Amino acid sequence: MVSERFPVTLTINGQKIVRDVEPRTLLVHFLRDDLNLTGTHVGCDTSQCGTCTILLNNQAVKSCTILTVQADGAEIVTVEGLEREHLHPVQQAFWEKHGLQCGFCTPGAMMLAAYLINQEGPLTEEAIRRQLDGLLCRCTGYENIVRAIKRAQEIIEEGDKERSQETAQSTWG
Amino acid sequence: MMKKEVIEMAQVIGQPLKRQEDIRLIRGQGQYTDDIKLPGMLYAYILRSPYAHAKILSIDTTVAKTMPGVVAIFTGNDLKDEVGLIPTAWIPPDSDLHVPPHPALAYDTVRYQGDGVAVIIAESPYQAQDAAFKISVQYKPLPVVTDPRDAVQDQAPLVHSEIAHNIAFHWRAGDNLDDIFSQADVVVKQQFRQQRLIPSAMEPRCAVADYHGATGELTLWATTQNPHIHRLLMSGILGISEHKLRVIAIDVGGAFGSKISCYPDEVIVSWASQKLHRPVKWTETRQENFLVTTHGRDHVEEVELAGTRDGHIQAVRVKVYANMGAYLSTAAPGVPTILFGLIINGAYKIAHASSEVFGVLTHTTPVDAYRGAGRPEATFLIERMVDLYALAIQMDPLDVRKKNLIRPDEFPFTNPFGLEYDSGNYQATLDKALQIFNYEEFRRDQENLRKQGKYIGVGFSTYVEMCGLGPSEVAGAVGFQGGLWESATVRVHPTGKVSVFTGASPHGQGEETTFAQIVAEELGIPIEDIEVIHGDTAQIAMGWGTYGSRTTAVGGAAIHMANQKVIEKARKIAAHKLEVNEDDVVFDKGVFMVKGLPARSIQFQQVALDAYLAWNLPPGIEPALEGTAFYNPKNFTYPFGVHIAVVSVDTDTGDITLMRYIAVDDVGKIINPMIVEGQVHGGLVQGIGQALWEGAEFDNQGQLITGSFLDYTVPKARFFPRFETAHTETPSPHNPLGVKGVGETGAIASTPAIVNAVMDALRPFNIFDLPMPLTPHKVWNAIRQAQLSS
Repeated sequence: MVSERFPVTLTINGQKIVRDVEPRTLLVHFLRDDLNLTGTHVGCDTSQCGTCTILLNNQAVKSCTILTVQADGAEIVTVEGLEREHLHPVQQAFWEKHGLQCGFCTPGAMMLAAYLINQEGPLTEEAIRRQLDGLLCRCTGYENIVRAIKRAQEIIEEGDKERSQETAQSTWG
Repeated sequence: MMKKEVIEMAQVIGQPLKRQEDIRLIRGQGQYTDDIKLPGMLYAYILRSPYAHAKILSIDTTVAKTMPGVVAIFTGNDLKDEVGLIPTAWIPPDSDLHVPPHPALAYDTVRYQGDGVAVIIAESPYQAQDAAFKISVQYKPLPVVTDPRDAVQDQAPLVHSEIAHNIAFHWRAGDNLDDIFSQADVVVKQQFRQQRLIPSAMEPRCAVADYHGATGELTLWATTQNPHIHRLLMSGILGISEHKLRVIAIDVGGAFGSKISCYPDEVIVSWASQKLHRPVKWTETRQENFLVTTHGRDHVEEVELAGTRDGHIQAVRVKVYANMGAYLSTAAPGVPTILFGLIINGAYKIAHASSEVFGVLTHTTPVDAYRGAGRPEATFLIERMVDLYALAIQMDPLDVRKKNLIRPDEFPFTNPFGLEYDSGNYQATLDKALQIFNYEEFRRDQENLRKQGKYIGVGFSTYVEMCGLGPSEVAGAVGFQGGLWESATVRVHPTGKVSVFTGASPHGQGEETTFAQIVAEELGIPIEDIEVIHGDTAQIAMGWGTYGSRTTAVGGAAIHMANQKVIEKARKIAAHKLEVNEDDVVFDKGVFMVKGLPARSIQFQQVALDAYLAWNLPPGIEPALEGTAFYNPKNFTYPFGVHIAVVSVDTDTGDITLMRYIAVDDVGKIINPMIVEGQVHGGLVQGIGQALWEGAEFDNQGQLITGSFLDYTVPKARFFPRFETAHTETPSPHNPLGVKGVGETGAIASTPAIVNAVMDALRPFNIFDLPMPLTPHKVWNAIRQAQLSS
């Protein structure tokens, strides 16, 4: 039996975390069981469903497919870390567009969405459907997830416009 | 008596309001069962049989017991005399039903791959699993049968020795139609296979049991659609009085029927917690979900349809071999009988119909309800038969439908089995669908493309389904061992905020919002002031849960009635305060006003405060303000609609591309159109999944060879075009809200629409039927066969 434990240091949702873990501990179990970050869910054993998706060094990663020790030194964002002062554009968009029903795949879907909208240029509907390949949702029929991701892109654009207007005003002010 | 009055719509009902439950879910603050963590909690791992049928010769736990963290290991022998059998709670009358004994852990014989044989309880889930690998079980494999037609043969191995021919029940409805069929102009015969489906809710099942020795109380957090039914059944199994049992299911990550049943796993952890006086959690892996969470459908159907040459359908009959799996799950016997066999005439005025169903036991995972439960199978049967009949008489399938649809002036309509369809205008949904879809243009395009060697097809599905399950008298008459009424309490707090307690147990469908909209509208208060509480037997006295699209039709109606009780009492208090006769007070948008003197008024919130202060209440009125109602519906409700699918088939690869999907549904009064549309989308994807991709398969040893998401195709986003949805609204006269139910329509209507479309595309090849799912390999093979033989 593996009883030896290894030290890991991670930054999770902006907070530095130092722990000793069993080397076989999957990252998703570490998040859920050790850190009580239960927003990240486990939906399968085969890395198909994507409900456990998190951001690891800004990449969308399935946290059931990575050992905690492998993530040593990484910067991780989970669903609990999306929201700062306001709802994240992705959270806002999923809410507005009814991009969730039972909500179980939703944290993973939103983390994937957060990754996608950070890509260069807005994605077309077809591209979004293709990019959602790592996600299984049994409730929404995906239609509203696609709409939500498009809406999240809009919210960011609107925010950029507002920000650039604010900047322009202060320059002129 | 309640006063009848016209409350002007405050425009909350009918609005696409954002869902209230989403706030916690998008923040990752949902409370799913696996999120529950209790001090001192232990973890269970259930060791399962790798064989579909075997004798258990011995179980050696000696090494496993010494493993780090292991607290206890129990086998079937430890449980069998202390806990009751897993019950079957639907006993269709006159079906000669035999319920095979289903122990929580097998102790003698395992009967399907996944049957539990031992439970390991340890300080951590990893340790429990480690120990499980050190348990040595000696099995003697026995012969296996997985196909229901094979299982009824004389030489077939018996799943349970006491049940002859593996026939757990034999049910019939309708008359003998031999004369009608022998005299008919046209008889169409076809065999259909409703393949087995795996519900695959994204949240695996989970149970956390916490027994307190001092009080004798057991709390069970569980992934269930019906906590009160669970409490009722578990109290019988465990021998704990209901008032000492609390079942909690707050957030449930999808269910689709698979979380109705009472499962062995919940019983095992509950008993273990009692034994060990510590909380015990069991969380299903996805592999276990495939193996042991109930499957759905699985019929072999021999169908006949009789009609005239000019397109009038006279009769339909079916003989079904329904594969029930190794045991009869909680609601399973009711699915192929009551929920399927009584509605095979569909949306058509067919004078004669009969159903005969054999419920057959095999060495496979037990089946139970799966989204639509029985009605998808019935709809598929009649919608495919209509197309095959149209082909036989060389008539357009759309014209056959138009000719046989029940007309609006024929409601309420009694079908050949005696079901009374409440209300409908089937022609209106068809007209609306044909406004969206230009049929003539499609046929022209189809003809032109065929000349270029490109094959597209259209499929129609004109459907009706029964939902809004109640009333309780009918539940009793059809052998459902429970009631189907619903409870609601609307509790107004001193500040005018409201808690609504419902016995329905939504799990993702959005009823926290739907129900809040009903209360906001009727009490005229802000929706933000309303909280909907569900899924906890300690907070809600009784309820029957969410399945069969009953929640808003029955649970919502109960809330409506509770609201009326609140208003009735509040009006008395308001009249007293306004110093007028109660009859002179009108209630509108949250304000009680003296008739003709709108300036003399009092806000609902003020009345709420007065009710609690009780300084000056009218004589005979008790303090506080709340209403409780128990609503027993008059009858089922019957949503209907028309779905149209357009597909193209690549004859080189067998690939099917879904080009368009049009769904026009009538689900009665719509409370939240956004939620309704979302429900339709979800149902469509599951129904289309059955037509094209999904199917559970066992090999001849009973091994589930579609045992993971790698082998069983759950549809993905890129498989679909944008759905085109529309609605008509024909209120149900059966409940005060006029709602019918929407959760299952998409799954019910879409499967035959897709298969009809593919068969339409393949007509030039003289391919008229293929078994689902229509995988590229199957389609390609059929095309090749056709080309070789022509």
